[in-house]
Amino acid sequence: MYNGLISADSVAQALQCLKTEIPFAIWETFYVTVISTALAVLVGLPLGVLLVAGEKGGVLPLPGWLMKALNVVINLLRSIPFLILMIMVFPLSRLLIGTTVGTTATIVPLVAAAFPFIARLVESSLREVDPNIVEAAQSMGATPLQIITRVMLPESVPSLLHNVTIALTTILGYSAMSGIIGGGGLGQIAINYGYYRYKYLVMLLAVVLLILLVQFFQTVGTKLAVRSDKRLKH
Amino acid sequence: MIEIRHLSKTFASPEGEVNALHDINLTIPDGDVYGIIGMSGAGKSTLVRCINMLEKPTGGTVMVDGRDMGALSPAELRKARRDITMIFQQFNLLMQRTCLQNVCFPMELSGVKKAAARKRAMELLELVGLPDKAGAYPAQLSGGQQQRVAIARALATDPKVLLCDEATSALDPSTTAQILSLIRDINAKLGITVVVITHQMSVVKEICRHVAILDRGTVAEEGLVSAVFAAPRSQAGRRLVFPGRVDEKVIDPARRGQLRLVFRDSATTSIPLVARMARERGILASVISATTQPLGGETYGGMLLSIPHEQMAEARAFLGSIANLTAEEVSDHV
Ligand SMILES: Nc1ncnc2c1ncn2[C@@H]1O[C@H](COP(=O)(O)OP(=O)(O)O)[C@@H](O)[C@H]1O
Ligand SMILES: [Mg+2]
Repeated sequence: MYNGLISADSVAQALQCLKTEIPFAIWETFYVTVISTALAVLVGLPLGVLLVAGEKGGVLPLPGWLMKALNVVINLLRSIPFLILMIMVFPLSRLLIGTTVGTTATIVPLVAAAFPFIARLVESSLREVDPNIVEAAQSMGATPLQIITRVMLPESVPSLLHNVTIALTTILGYSAMSGIIGGGGLGQIAINYGYYRYKYLVMLLAVVLLILLVQFFQTVGTKLAVRSDKRLKH
Repeated sequence: MIEIRHLSKTFASPEGEVNALHDINLTIPDGDVYGIIGMSGAGKSTLVRCINMLEKPTGGTVMVDGRDMGALSPAELRKARRDITMIFQQFNLLMQRTCLQNVCFPMELSGVKKAAARKRAMELLELVGLPDKAGAYPAQLSGGQQQRVAIARALATDPKVLLCDEATSALDPSTTAQILSLIRDINAKLGITVVVITHQMSVVKEICRHVAILDRGTVAEEGLVSAVFAAPRSQAGRRLVFPGRVDEKVIDPARRGQLRLVFRDSATTSIPLVARMARERGILASVISATTQPLGGETYGGMLLSIPHEQMAEARAFLGSIANLTAEEVSDHV
């Protein structure tokens, strides 16, 4: 399928594409990824906090049935393949955005897919907090809410940044997949040119740009996480 | 004053129930430095955590200044905890905050204005000798320095009681001495009651006035440090003061008994006791162990003698005639 990948024609077309469609596609992918991650964090972070604080022996124990329900829902959502989830949330997208196609509409399935994942990542970050530090705060008369907002979350900032970076790069991958349902961005370019029109060079170009975006997010995220960690002696 | 009455604590664990504390009765006077010593697993941490209700007792009461800690509502308990603060073996500082922010933390919790809190925190860092570390993070500090910050943090809410759970167990001997002297200063200057949990005799000797010996969840004995350590009555006490259990294995209990001598001041220490017993009374005593130790400005001597049963009465009569010396027959050995 890659015969004649590089020809005068294909190179010219790729260059053309690079000038016209790709800059906007990069922006679309970037913006969809960042907005979706932000919204997914908005939903997933409180859920992750509940998963840790609400368990038996946690700082804010919740009824056992509630914790079980929460766990089941999160596991359920996480086990639906993204391709199918995208279609399943069409009604929701229509309700919230008014349409099921286009860049903005893909934010809905992306958030739906990512927030349970983020809840689990937040859970694992919070579990890394030294329980002795939590107990010290309790011994000083901290309320459960104070322990969550002033001890557990601030103490796990480096780990949270690490995990949000993982989520961001994962969501970037998903956003490319949403090109199939007309989600726009680099994913759509790859599919339009590569799958429908057999222009593999453009497809490869889009893939390379996706890889570069992942590298960019990962590098920035890791830097921020390391820089924020006061346990390391700089 | 802290009054602990009939305190018990049972943990339910998968292997069955663990009776961590059983019918503990202690009274800790205001302004005291009170040691609670025992081997690992004796229940020291559980006991101290019952004082501020980090652990809910299974039975009994803990009264602090006449208030039943177990009967407080969650909100009242949180408020009471500002008066009973705690330091820990692992310091437990917030690692993502500077030292100054760590000391501000308890004041933040209780709603003290930021500027006032920072000012107070600086004073406290000065008190513990670390004013230049205000902007440093805990990871940049040595263990001893971290414990100083933890002490400053524990003082931030002007507590009446400071609980120290193995506060020096992670520190080297010279740092331990510095931290102990800081704790002693705080007790003397601020009049704060200090409860010291430790497995080290040296710590109790260094700063405590009273001591309770905890053994498998019960108080084996308690009293003034000088009295308890000079003449431990309980088996657990003897094991601490005379490690190695010499007094349990050395002699044949069928033929010989044990007499524990405790004496004070150097005049008594210089009497050639064993020689005189032999020459003047014909008593064939042998020395199992002998020690001297400085306690509260005096020198105490302790000696464990083994004496044939038939000569025991005679020996006691002879020793009873010597001033500053008490002789006690040790009979409860295993
Ligand atoms: N949360 C717990 N669950 C079950 N057993 C516990 C718990 N905490 C302490 N214990 C048990 O209680 C006993 C006393 O423990 P602890 O108070 O920590 O002793 P110490 O501080 O003197 O070493 C030990 O046998 C310990 O295993
Ligand atoms: Mg302990």
